[in-house]
Amino acid sequence: MTDANTTTGSHGTGPFIAAIDQGTTSSRCIVFDRDGRIVSVDQKEHEQIFPKPGWVEHDATEIWANVQQVVAGAIEKAGITSADVKAIGITNQRETTLLWDKNTGEPVHNAIVWQDTRTDALCKELGRNVGQDRFRRETGLPLASYFSGPKVRWLLDNVEGLRERAERGDILFGTMDSWVIWNLTGGVDGGVHVTDVTNASRTMLMNLRSLAWDERIAESMEIPVAVLPEIRSSAEVYGTAKGGALDGVAVASALGDQQAALFGQTCFSEGEAKSTYGTGTFMLMNTGDEPVNSYNGLLTTVGYRIGDEKPVYALEGSIAVTGSLVQWMRDQMGLIKSAAEIETLASSVEDNGGAYFVPAFSGLFAPYWRSDARGVIAGLTRYVTKAHIARAVLEATAWQTREITDAMTKDSGVELTALKVDGGMTSNNLLMQTLSDFLDAPVVRPMVAETTCLGAAYAAGLAVGFWPDTDALRANWRRAAEWTPRMDADTRDREYKSWLKAVERTMGWIEDEE
Amino acid sequence: MARTIQSLERAAAMLRLLAGGERRLGLSDVASALGLAKGTAHGILRTLQQEGFVEQDPASGRYQLGAELLRLGNSYLDVHELRARALVWADDLARSSGESVYLGVLHQQGVLIIHHVFRPDDSRQVLEVGAMQPLHSTALGKVLCAYDPVAHSEVTETEREAFTPHTVTGLGEFEELLDLTRARGWAADVEETWEGVASVAAPIHDRRRMPVGAVGITGAVERVREGGELSAQLVAAVRDCARAVSRDLGAGRF
Repeated sequence: MTDANTTTGSHGTGPFIAAIDQGTTSSRCIVFDRDGRIVSVDQKEHEQIFPKPGWVEHDATEIWANVQQVVAGAIEKAGITSADVKAIGITNQRETTLLWDKNTGEPVHNAIVWQDTRTDALCKELGRNVGQDRFRRETGLPLASYFSGPKVRWLLDNVEGLRERAERGDILFGTMDSWVIWNLTGGVDGGVHVTDVTNASRTMLMNLRSLAWDERIAESMEIPVAVLPEIRSSAEVYGTAKGGALDGVAVASALGDQQAALFGQTCFSEGEAKSTYGTGTFMLMNTGDEPVNSYNGLLTTVGYRIGDEKPVYALEGSIAVTGSLVQWMRDQMGLIKSAAEIETLASSVEDNGGAYFVPAFSGLFAPYWRSDARGVIAGLTRYVTKAHIARAVLEATAWQTREITDAMTKDSGVELTALKVDGGMTSNNLLMQTLSDFLDAPVVRPMVAETTCLGAAYAAGLAVGFWPDTDALRANWRRAAEWTPRMDADTRDREYKSWLKAVERTMGWIEDEE
Repeated sequence: MARTIQSLERAAAMLRLLAGGERRLGLSDVASALGLAKGTAHGILRTLQQEGFVEQDPASGRYQLGAELLRLGNSYLDVHELRARALVWADDLARSSGESVYLGVLHQQGVLIIHHVFRPDDSRQVLEVGAMQPLHSTALGKVLCAYDPVAHSEVTETEREAFTPHTVTGLGEFEELLDLTRARGWAADVEETWEGVASVAAPIHDRRRMPVGAVGITGAVERVREGGELSAQLVAAVRDCARAVSRDLGAGRF
């Protein structure tokens, strides 16, 4: 997608909220009206930089230029001016790490993207004799290369002279929310250096209960606290935009992308959950105002915090391979010509023909965390056709979701009543029905697919009183489709057992891990 | 044996000759392989080239199969692809119209519902993806009959059942309705299929202007009609949606 020019006739006449989504592959700006309908969209992709295998970087200067451009583009397409916009909300790719010079505004290095694995060895080293869970009690996270803290440490160790500059107080750290907000509010000319609780909860440097930087952990990682931004709530006015298309407008929210989707799906009550189906899948469940420790391989994270209200926590489970398995069927296997065709192929048979596909391409993630596992297709007989395999591909996404929801129920004690879904794969009707069958719960798709941007807009709108409260946002939520379970319990149990048997067969494939 | 057209047979033989792997042949190779005079072979190759079935390499002057053949083979638009492309626009139509949205394609003698967006109120609704609707009485069906010759021949060859007193069953009258549909660019169904229910639909075209489906709204007749006329605002919203989906499929602006 390069250009999405969405202008529709019958939306209200304003005022509006602008949401900026600084994502992994592109930056977007969407203008929403009071009903939560999209008025206009502008989007621009940025370069993915791969300096070495496993390394992924972004040019933060390019990203900031793109953000300014899409903001101007969306405002122009909407045919409005900054006077019509009540607030700006920010959502962003999480964990991607940047350090910049506060006097010049220049990044000291490309941003290190969340997918980048250069800190693998450093994370093992930081685990010392305790291992992956050394900081889990405080931060809710295992030591893994995704999170920002170790990336900051890598930069301080590897960019010449950086540690000295940081200790002198010349260097600022931020995830992409901080970078965008600092620049929006003036940059070197008085830009505010802040982050929100959801983004801070992905650094491994914040204590989940106090919502403050944990100085002991920062010290263990040898990160000077002077570089860290101020931690604020997800919905409050951080400052006002200086210059650009939205000069003078309040910058009033920040949420990591998955948390923004939780907010956009209006999962405001304990036990409400959303799952975003893209290349991978991210499921978050609202666990109320207490962080729930996970003993089943999930992450504990901050869901959101509105102003001075109590923070709301979430459990998070991610599935590494979902949409990317369909792409693999298309690009590597050549069994389909487009991703949508997987449904056509899968629908040509009644069931999986006994075949199960566990796409543990780079190991098993939540709830197993087995890096020695590799993918299998189990249960093959002469009877199995490519259509059965296509069906097994879709079922793999549904079963993996089931495993995450089971883990969430075990950790939180809350049964899932309905699953709110979004993301590209929700256009797959067979997958959505299968999901409902396997979860034995209704699966609901909202009418606005852009839940991430919507969440940022909602939080910003709450902060400036554009919407009075979360009840008003709930009233905006519209059900576009709902799938209800049609599978009998015996079949479901039997199939789940077979799936779990297939999962078992993936483990221990890699014999000696370096 | 029935009479056949020799030049078409020769053209088919040339395409077969060029098919298979990455084959590039010069004019004299083609001519001698098929036992034709060079002039004859050249005439046929030039015609095939004009239609895009054959391409000539500018450097070597050799011939190979053209891109148009590939497009012919892939011309079928997967209905799930259509749904994926239509999703955002159909959601927006439901929002702006306040009614439920259906996307339908021709399947056997009826309209297969491939996408359904609920009416945006809090009422209980059931997903109708996979359901069949009649061709001759629904707005979606009439649009398909008006624009797709296959749908048209299906509807004229089967019996047109009267579901309500308003259903148009006579062929002459039905053809007039299709003329009107083509002239206006949209079709309606006012209590012709279900009592108390009205709908409006418009065609979706792909990049080659082929009709691939229809999109429409359905609701209570009291809401869809305003003072005896179909709501102009709803008609405009449906047509906007159909155009947006067509644009996404690569059809030019129209």
